[in-house]
Amino acid sequence: MSKGKSMTRRSFLKATATFTAASMLPLKLVDVCWGKEGEKFTFGVISDSHLTHIKGTKFVNNFDKGLQQAVAEIGLMWPQPDFIVFGGDLAQLGKKEEIDHGLEMLSKIEVPIKFVIGEHDFYLDMGKYWEDKVSKLYYSFDHKGVHFVVLNIILTYEDWIKRWRTPEERMLQMARLDNPQGSPFMVGLKQINWLKTDLSKVSHDTPIIVLSHSPLYKIFKPWNFWTDDAEVVQGLLRPFKKVSVLHGHVHQILYNQIENISFQAWMSTAWPWPYPVSYNQKLNMVPKMTVFMNRADPFHERDATGWSQVTLEAGRVSQHFDLWENTSRTIAYDEKAGHFVDSQYQDPSKRIPPQMHY
Amino acid sequence: MKYKVILCVCLGFILAASLIPGLRADEFKKEDLKKWEAAFMDVVIEGEKLFHSALGTNSVSCDMCHPNASNTHPETYPKFQKQIGSVATLRDMINWCIENPLEGQPMELGDPKMIALEAYITWERRGVPLEPGKH
Repeated sequence: MSKGKSMTRRSFLKATATFTAASMLPLKLVDVCWGKEGEKFTFGVISDSHLTHIKGTKFVNNFDKGLQQAVAEIGLMWPQPDFIVFGGDLAQLGKKEEIDHGLEMLSKIEVPIKFVIGEHDFYLDMGKYWEDKVSKLYYSFDHKGVHFVVLNIILTYEDWIKRWRTPEERMLQMARLDNPQGSPFMVGLKQINWLKTDLSKVSHDTPIIVLSHSPLYKIFKPWNFWTDDAEVVQGLLRPFKKVSVLHGHVHQILYNQIENISFQAWMSTAWPWPYPVSYNQKLNMVPKMTVFMNRADPFHERDATGWSQVTLEAGRVSQHFDLWENTSRTIAYDEKAGHFVDSQYQDPSKRIPPQMHY
Repeated sequence: MKYKVILCVCLGFILAASLIPGLRADEFKKEDLKKWEAAFMDVVIEGEKLFHSALGTNSVSCDMCHPNASNTHPETYPKFQKQIGSVATLRDMINWCIENPLEGQPMELGDPKMIALEAYITWERRGVPLEPGKH
């Protein structure tokens, strides 16, 4: 790993040229599929970049490089995606320096960006700077026959928010994933009421894609892979025929099916999280259908990180992961199975030793 | 006769010593267990603080990749570390992480901070059978 070297224009161009050549082959494989009949599109996803300000103009080099690489590779996609989703946690500690640094890097993307806020962007000033400079915290939009809903589901209880002496202390407490003094995420009544109104205008035949930072179901409370009021929101999505919830936060390949709702996670460009199954002191509800990503090799700085392309075919999601140090993975909705399946490894006999987490 | 006297005196001393509390090697009380466990947990708590602190130069901390010290697998060390090309210990790997992702200086292997980190990591993995060499 290179230590303490900031990315100069020269080294950035050199790096870009190097992986331009390396990336041309997979990028030819971009699928252009169908949203509704007669309509087709794909969008790119970058998530969990965790840009970390050290001091002055210095940031953690490793995390900068992850976001820079994703941005450069998206620039090489042809055809260009209709838009990019940024899945939250652009910053590590919600600092203006970190958000500005991220926006500068993302400004090289030439298609629109739909932003989802993460808890690392939020808890310093409760999302004020994000709302001013980046995006609304929750909103919806329609694209080629699909109704997209962006939710802010990293909210939590008022008494927890008020218990800290300073905004910085509150941010640090929320930034620690394994914090025994943490507080579970929630959507909250205000947003649930907004969602009810928003969905009331949408036909039940319209495919729905929900974009959230954290998972809209319950996996592992000690690490906040969790939403306290998830079932209420799932209930609002129940009448729709085709519903996918895509999310960040977990920094790993993860997918699940709860009744009519298909869930799938995005990768991080910064670092991978372990699966909760590898913490043996507490029970978890990691979905059994997920074929785990490879155990990360820390000697390869970019291992188990990456970005993805999401394609829509007849309102169903297919996600192709560009994993920088591993074989790419594609996880798509399978009509026969009725849930997401991995294109290569779903059959247990085809799995490989690095996919075993313990 | 002289030897018998010396032997009796020695045995007498041994018997007397065995009756003095705290001098017998094979006996300890519940209070002792509590005291030793508390001493160990103090080190675990110190290790937890270190594990969640910036030990290097770039503000990155161990828990960012290893919440609850998961995926550190202390039960598998020593093991052949393919990236190093030899059998390594958990402390070697702690230093590798401090030097690389954390961009810091390695600790002495017997540094109390290193012992605290090891105590925290193994405590979070308690109950898992030892499997040295496992990948």
